[in-house]
Amino acid sequence: MTDLSLRIGFLPLVDAALPILAHELGFAEDEGLALTLVRDMSWATVNDRLLYGHSDAAHMTAPLAIATTLGLGRPAVPLSAPFVLGLNGNAITLRPDLAAQVTDVGVPGDVAAIGQRLADVVRTGTKLRLGVVHRYSSHNYMLRYWLSGCGIDPNHDVEILTVAPPFAADALASGEVDGICVGEPWNSVAVDRGVGVIVAVTAQIWRRGVEKVLAVKRKRLEAEPEPYHRLLRALWRAGQAFVDPSRLDEIANILARPAYLDGSSALIKGAASDQILFAHGHERIHVPDFMFQHREAANFPWVSQAAWLYAQMTLAGHVTLNKADYATAQAVFRPDVYRAALRPLGVPLPGASAKLEGGLSDPTGVGTVQGRLILGADSFFDGRHFDPDALEAYLA
Amino acid sequence: MRIAIVDERAARAAVIDEGLREAGLTEIAIFSERHGIVGRIEAFAPDVILIDIANPRRDELEEIFSVSRALARPVAMFVDQSDVEMMEAAIDAGVSAYVVDGFSKARIKSVLDLAIRRFNAFAKLRAELDEAKGALADRIKIDAAKTLLIKKRAMTEPAAYAALRKAAMDSGRKIVDVADALLTAEKLMGGL
Repeated sequence: MTDLSLRIGFLPLVDAALPILAHELGFAEDEGLALTLVRDMSWATVNDRLLYGHSDAAHMTAPLAIATTLGLGRPAVPLSAPFVLGLNGNAITLRPDLAAQVTDVGVPGDVAAIGQRLADVVRTGTKLRLGVVHRYSSHNYMLRYWLSGCGIDPNHDVEILTVAPPFAADALASGEVDGICVGEPWNSVAVDRGVGVIVAVTAQIWRRGVEKVLAVKRKRLEAEPEPYHRLLRALWRAGQAFVDPSRLDEIANILARPAYLDGSSALIKGAASDQILFAHGHERIHVPDFMFQHREAANFPWVSQAAWLYAQMTLAGHVTLNKADYATAQAVFRPDVYRAALRPLGVPLPGASAKLEGGLSDPTGVGTVQGRLILGADSFFDGRHFDPDALEAYLA
Repeated sequence: MRIAIVDERAARAAVIDEGLREAGLTEIAIFSERHGIVGRIEAFAPDVILIDIANPRRDELEEIFSVSRALARPVAMFVDQSDVEMMEAAIDAGVSAYVVDGFSKARIKSVLDLAIRRFNAFAKLRAELDEAKGALADRIKIDAAKTLLIKKRAMTEPAAYAALRKAAMDSGRKIVDVADALLTAEKLMGGL
């Protein structure tokens, strides 16, 4: 019996998997929750529907939830992110001729060295045009982080523009952009068409990079927590199914349906199983943790992840550093709601709400309020750490 | 007030344009073709930009608005947050709007209100058109079934129609469904 219902907005991307699977595999129904998935084609529309009550929750890039809460480019509406829908799953794809200058085509390489060679190209005076899926997207900040770490100033040496995911391959083909940082299946589509070569996946830039979140209006979440608690439990179980290899074909087929991604189930399967085709005509290669949707409490909204994003927004010039805003940005992530909702499942719940991001180079046990939890390496490619309590030192 | 309409469906853009002109707003430009759109919008220098909400390029356009030097920083969904009802109506109708900083809110509301009505009018037009198309298709099927009966059963036209109608009433179906079944049977059974 379902006695509560929620509508969830999403874009057709592989990392919309958990809400789709929570519905399709019956986990929401088990919680007495009826889900309706609302598909859109732009983040602006996903956000509009959430803000004006056409949806009750949304699959959203984490920085957009922060930007909306801070009122960047529109009136501020406080959003909450009680659940991370996944880590990473994006890649940087360049024009094939440009890729050949910076990487060993077809295989993953050392992203620091690849970035250095890209910097050499930029130093010859070529101003590259790079597409990201949204101004306030992890793609944008991850790309900027990588470029900066390789000696390329993302604000001056290159031009970063927005390209909607479904048009990314076209933009590469037409020469509108020299490269893109986009989620799956859109890199694979570009590779499949022979118009792009993957030179890096974001997991190589930050092994545990925060990606999409479940975004909810804070007022709604606080006024009616029950349906959201049920949703979080259903999403957690959907994550468990997502990483079960025996369900891979079933899951790829569900996601490929016209109502969801409306795409190739083979390409979706590649991404979901971390099997990446770097260049057309090559073999798929297993990239560990390419998409990280469930293990190690990946869905736990660490406040330090929101803090890291705010730091990157500052570096990009999207916000002006301000203590109050920094606190507001961090408060978007809601570990308290995550713990309250998932406690009945008996799953591991981290005791802390923030951590030193990039601080682990080996698997390490962490304190919990329930269960045992070991976190794997979460390093950044340049070996830097991010301490949310030392923002000014980090930005200096 | 200068209004830009960004809509890949030229027919809908025309319906909105017409509505705005009837209301005495004449400085309107329609942008249906994506190529070079930014430069053209910048050259037009609109005060208000109306965009079809399902336009997959909204994120690109928003980004461009936020960095454009020529456009005076258009902001999404300008109506104050107390006016949630109007925003819901806008989303229902499928229109989103951007307005440059500092523009009179009262004047914008009337434009958005008009745009919402025109978007709805367009949706209604399309529904009527689809209905008309459906009715025509039904007519063609019923005529074909009648012709079949006239030929094979040597019926007059009124008798053929009466036979179809009776079969429909007896089986609780629509005449067009009976006609469809007859035509399918004829196709499968051939000349039998």
